[in-house]
Amino acid sequence: MSSAPNSQAEAAPVPGSASLRLRGLRKAFADVVAVDGLDLEVARGECFGLLGPNGAGKTTTIEICEGLTPPDAGEVELLGLNWKSGANELRQRIGIQLQETQFPDKLKVEETLRLFRSFYRCGISVDESIRIAQLEEKRGARVGGLSGGQKQRLAMACALVGDPELLFLDEPTTGLDPQARRHLWDLVDGLKQAGRTIILTTHYMEEAERLCDRVAIMDHGRIIALGTPAQLIASVGGEHIVEFAVSGQMSGGGAVDTAPLAAIPGVQAHREEAGLHQVSVSELHTAVPQIVDALAAQKLHLTELRTHSASLEDVFVRLTGRNLRDE
Amino acid sequence: MSKLAESSLVQLTLVRFKLILREPEAIFWIFVFPILLAVGLGIAFRNRPPDQLQVGATTPQLTQALAADKGLRAITVDEQAGTHALAVGDILLLAIQTQDGVAYKYDDTNPDARIARMQADRAIQRAAGRRDAVRAENELVHETGSRYIDFVVPGLLGMNLMGSAMWGLGFSIVEARQKKLLKRMVASPMPRWQYLVSFLLSRLAMLVIEVAVFLGFAKVVFGVPFRGSLVELAFLCVLTSLAFSALGLLVASRARTMEAASGLMNLVMLPMWILSGVFFSASRFPAVIQPFVRALPLTAAIDAMRGNMLQGAALPQLWAPVGILAAWLVAPFVISLRIFRWR
Repeated sequence: MSSAPNSQAEAAPVPGSASLRLRGLRKAFADVVAVDGLDLEVARGECFGLLGPNGAGKTTTIEICEGLTPPDAGEVELLGLNWKSGANELRQRIGIQLQETQFPDKLKVEETLRLFRSFYRCGISVDESIRIAQLEEKRGARVGGLSGGQKQRLAMACALVGDPELLFLDEPTTGLDPQARRHLWDLVDGLKQAGRTIILTTHYMEEAERLCDRVAIMDHGRIIALGTPAQLIASVGGEHIVEFAVSGQMSGGGAVDTAPLAAIPGVQAHREEAGLHQVSVSELHTAVPQIVDALAAQKLHLTELRTHSASLEDVFVRLTGRNLRDE
Repeated sequence: MSKLAESSLVQLTLVRFKLILREPEAIFWIFVFPILLAVGLGIAFRNRPPDQLQVGATTPQLTQALAADKGLRAITVDEQAGTHALAVGDILLLAIQTQDGVAYKYDDTNPDARIARMQADRAIQRAAGRRDAVRAENELVHETGSRYIDFVVPGLLGMNLMGSAMWGLGFSIVEARQKKLLKRMVASPMPRWQYLVSFLLSRLAMLVIEVAVFLGFAKVVFGVPFRGSLVELAFLCVLTSLAFSALGLLVASRARTMEAASGLMNLVMLPMWILSGVFFSASRFPAVIQPFVRALPLTAAIDAMRGNMLQGAALPQLWAPVGILAAWLVAPFVISLRIFRWR
């Protein structure tokens, strides 16, 4: 059912219930095309992830949605409104967390939130936002004394004080240590359960798998895959990835004849990078012995062998031939 | 939302005010520095009782005759030591006993030395029996308002208002832009005009404290006169501060980094520190550049404040500097609103 993950038909939400609708979005900076013809719909109540490496156009896309960057071409519709005629109304109804906002160091947590709360006609109380962001112990502390994770939670709280229907989070966990990241994930989980529509960008595949109902993988300003994490992972062709390296009789490592590998039932794809071979398989327990046999038959010596469950990372590698973290 | 304290304009202004007060360096530059400067200048240029001039004489008789004059302090030295003392500036004049009278050794290009020459000669001639042909009496006048400290206080006030307004606005805005806070603010429903107005409001609140502290100090410690209307002086301070705030806004309207803003800020302020007559009268500059000097906002501000404080001039008499200040308020404000970079 997931043979064509970039087809919109099955993943598109019912018309009319969309929180966000993008049509033919395009944006270029000087000679760089940041967003190159992008169509997208996000349903109400959905947690949607824009996934991709740095420079894929995620931030430009989200900032166009937030009304901070005007697109060169295309249409943006949020909550049935657009930035040309409904900007003031939209600002009241969306919540935004930007990358790299530094709140004034000398201002206290509580004061910062009270300031942002004052911009909204209605919303949650400052106390409530502090509670949601779990900053109770830091309410009287100056922003300058907060840890990275606490600052990020403050940014989240600032995005929430207006009780937004639609929440944009741009790389909410970038630069955080694993513990702070998990803490923030729990926070986003809570927001999802409260029924808010969330659109987040990330270059952590794990984060997208953990948080998002649906994911769009972006590369070079385009969406190259769209679907639920499960659909996308299934599209790699196997649920598991086998990685191995070999050394042969000849110096310089062995050349692997891939034909016997491809003939093994359940093996879907093969690629090699820097001496490391990757094949995706559907059944580990049947495929692995056959791979080992096939390599032995070629008189190759296994130096490394490991397996892992297929992830969105593998989807990206499969679609682009590159690793996510390659800059 | 009905409550005043919850309105965004009040919150923005309050936040600005708190941030200024939590910046110790800013407090120093705004409040302490001008007072230190005034104290320093007040001490350096204080009006002392008429100085006693130090002179030397080669005989005790001459020394006694010289010491009879209240304006002179005399020591007895031999001619060689006296010449040396003259050369290093310990004494202004050396009276040398000669066969048939007295010879004065002094530098006639030094005004103090010429005065010493006149007083020494008078003292020696009187001691020798000379009588004045005409009876003369002295009426002494020591008027405040003509001292250097009186002149320099309005200058320092203008300079301080310039510095605090420009740094206060320019630096905070560029910092917010550099830290992406400005972008975050405009991504919220905050009305943009309120952001800029909050700077002006917090500036005005600071102004009250700043001006009161500085002028209060000048009044109490130095007895600097306030001859004009205090209400009009307050108006001049507000106008000056707003004009420089507008200029600070202009400087900050495009700059992306603090370094760029600092450079621009100094470029704008440095000519005014030199040309605008903070420490000496701007009219000392050549006539060719006078129109330029007069058109500078700091020159106008200081002229107007000196007019008010020292000459007791009323606002209508100060129309020229007030007009220049008003122009400096309107033009940069309008331009910066047009070119302001919100992200």
